[in-house]
Amino acid sequence: MSTATLPSTETEAHTHEHHHELPWYRKYVFSTDHKVISKQFMLSSLFFLFIGGAFALFIRWQLAYPGTKIPLVGSILPATWVTEPGSGIITPEFYAQLLTMHGSIMIFFVVIPLALGMFGNFCIPLMIGTDDMALPRLNMWSFWLVPPAGLIMMAGFFTETGYATAGWTSYPPLSASIQLPTFTISGQTLWLISVFLVGFSSIMGSVNYVTTVLNKRAKGMKLFDMPLTVWALFITAIMAVLGTPVLAAGLAMLFMDNFLHTSFFLPDNLVTNSKYFGGGQPVLFQHVFWFYSHPAVYIMILPLMGIVSDVLATFSRKPVYGYKAMVFAIAGIAFLGFIVWGHHMFQSGMNPLLGTTFMLSTIVIAVPSSIKVFNWLGTLWRGNIKFTSAMLNALAFVSMFIIGGLSGVFMASAPVDIYIHDTYFIVAHIHYVLFGGSLFGIFAGIYYWYPKMFGKMLNEAWGRKHFYWTFVTFNLTFFPMHILGVGGHMRRIYDPNVYDFLKGLGGINEFITIAAITLGFSQLFLISNILWSMKFGKKAPRNPWHANTLEWAAPEHPGHGNFDMDITVYRGPYEFSVPGRELDYWPQWEQGEAISAHHNTVAVPIENETRTFGAH
Amino acid sequence: MSSALNLSHEPVTRVRHGKFAMWAFLASELMFFAGFFGTFIVLRNTNYAAFGEGSAQLSWPLALVNTFILIGSSLTMAMCIYHLERGNNKLFRLFMGLTIMGGFGFLIVKYLEYSSKWEHGLFPGQEHHTLFFSFYFLMTGFHALHVVGGMIPMAYMFFRSYTKRGYKHPGKVETLGLYWHFVDLMWIFIFPALYLMIPYAVAGAGAHH
Repeated sequence: MSTATLPSTETEAHTHEHHHELPWYRKYVFSTDHKVISKQFMLSSLFFLFIGGAFALFIRWQLAYPGTKIPLVGSILPATWVTEPGSGIITPEFYAQLLTMHGSIMIFFVVIPLALGMFGNFCIPLMIGTDDMALPRLNMWSFWLVPPAGLIMMAGFFTETGYATAGWTSYPPLSASIQLPTFTISGQTLWLISVFLVGFSSIMGSVNYVTTVLNKRAKGMKLFDMPLTVWALFITAIMAVLGTPVLAAGLAMLFMDNFLHTSFFLPDNLVTNSKYFGGGQPVLFQHVFWFYSHPAVYIMILPLMGIVSDVLATFSRKPVYGYKAMVFAIAGIAFLGFIVWGHHMFQSGMNPLLGTTFMLSTIVIAVPSSIKVFNWLGTLWRGNIKFTSAMLNALAFVSMFIIGGLSGVFMASAPVDIYIHDTYFIVAHIHYVLFGGSLFGIFAGIYYWYPKMFGKMLNEAWGRKHFYWTFVTFNLTFFPMHILGVGGHMRRIYDPNVYDFLKGLGGINEFITIAAITLGFSQLFLISNILWSMKFGKKAPRNPWHANTLEWAAPEHPGHGNFDMDITVYRGPYEFSVPGRELDYWPQWEQGEAISAHHNTVAVPIENETRTFGAH
Repeated sequence: MSSALNLSHEPVTRVRHGKFAMWAFLASELMFFAGFFGTFIVLRNTNYAAFGEGSAQLSWPLALVNTFILIGSSLTMAMCIYHLERGNNKLFRLFMGLTIMGGFGFLIVKYLEYSSKWEHGLFPGQEHHTLFFSFYFLMTGFHALHVVGGMIPMAYMFFRSYTKRGYKHPGKVETLGLYWHFVDLMWIFIFPALYLMIPYAVAGAGAHH
């Protein structure tokens, strides 16, 4: 199993032949090649992004124009979704399903698979200079659990009660569905099975990443020669390995409550005096759930922090400022991420002393986060910035993360949270971090690595159009939500007009909905760009961005085995603009002086300063 | 094509990929059971007497037998690795067979226990079911699933040892052994937590087994 060095000419010829013999379904479907698996993650996630996005637009329509017909698709919606067939007005029950499914799909089937599955698979082996993952077959299975899990969750449509309705957090007692008889498969039951499977997929993937990073680095590559993308993915994988199983345990217990009517999370005398119920604690589930799901927030953003660091360095033509500080900041965030979960529960009935502890640990996370932001700005400072699509998205990541991070510190304080808990302020915050943060980071990564993924360049002009439309409409959509939240608009409400004090916010709701629809359709730029460039894009050179990291040593469109030359690492990943060198970059694999000048920040000489802006 | 390049080298940590990944996976497994134990601790403290009564209804002698079976099978597993590393396919097969039998023995005893619980109406949905028994079936059930999960690759290795070449991968057996010892270790925690931690007040009154 271990890839020991036995390269006798016979085995070489044999393996070579073997690769050609692979039938099509081993090449494109059940492939063990990490690059193919990465593309599979990309495809399935973009598909679910479309579904989750469509659900979000339904929600927005109902909030802006409660009780009116949904345009275009309203008349063809299934009868169980609408008040009466053909009316196009969604029911409160379906609204609850929409909220649940939007959150669950976006988190478990879009952002985690893209951040961890797609980039983890694509970047790790290429950036540490190896031929594949440590355990390629395990890697294949980690992907092939995702589509069935997605189908199981979507199959909630066919159950009597429809999709799960308890929100993506799935708090009991609501999620235990005890009003249904035992052994009833409801949408909630399927939701629990589905998330369990996705969790297993993410554990299998992460176990593989940890092993690959520690065992398969190219010759000469020390841990501190790894690009920050790999560092971030590595630390994230450790978090997923340790956090996900705890959620799985909670889901298993909730499944028993839901399906067999046990009472792990059901208190005494909840529904009836029947002896089957009682003794459990609903808040206990929240503890178990957030023990995973708070780290999961960092699982969803840390990989993108790594990617953005790489993109910023490459397009500023400068080393990452404070490389080691960046690594330790990631590790610090990962560690602190495990001891802050209680800040989701200030309003759940927790000992105030415990609340204070969680409040303090949460605020402390601002320290490593600020280190990262400071270092990103330090990287940009006096750099020779090139505003490519990838760079624009990376810059958006940094700025949106600052807004989301600051509102995070604000609401981490328990007295503030009591006021804004479960309002649209929280919705604004999570979207600034998860869309403004993670998704812009994902876009940056896609624009950056697309040439290596498909061997073609993306269309830059379309990329910029996509970025500007997304960036503007994103802010128009989510920034006003802060105002809604402070105005008292609840996070999960079917018809805001039932409260007089919310009627004055109707205009903002309409505005947000129009912006959200534009935001949704702006993504067509990205989808069509990806598809169009796959066929008609310019052929990509080997190292289109003049970057230093090892993936650019691989052929234009690397095949099975990745590299066509020996890889030995001579220096750190960010040797840009080294004084006295003609080229402004110095690839890790290029033979020569073996230096590690991570701490050496090179300023652009004065005569270049005029070129700093308007480089494109 | 890569095998000619310097990319495929010895694992940097000198630990085989499979073994390394297994350790990482076991860390994950540990957190999985930690989730169960964590909720168990909390709910036991708030339902102290009820948990004691439930615990007193379990049959600790049967569980003790199972403990010895499982520890024994861990020993035979270690013997498997020992003999396969020395190329002794016959003794490997013998000890692998014994390990599989240990797994079966464990499951048979578990079946006896479960069927008596069924007769006493202690399953979820039956009339005497309590929160303690929810934990009992949850933890022993997942543990039994882990036992089954270990026995499947064991059976594969066992039958492969009958082929002409025999089974030739001591590394894989070692990796499986790690997993098997972990399953054993989890039982060592589950056994006292469920069967033995009976408060004195309850033990005298409720033990009718």
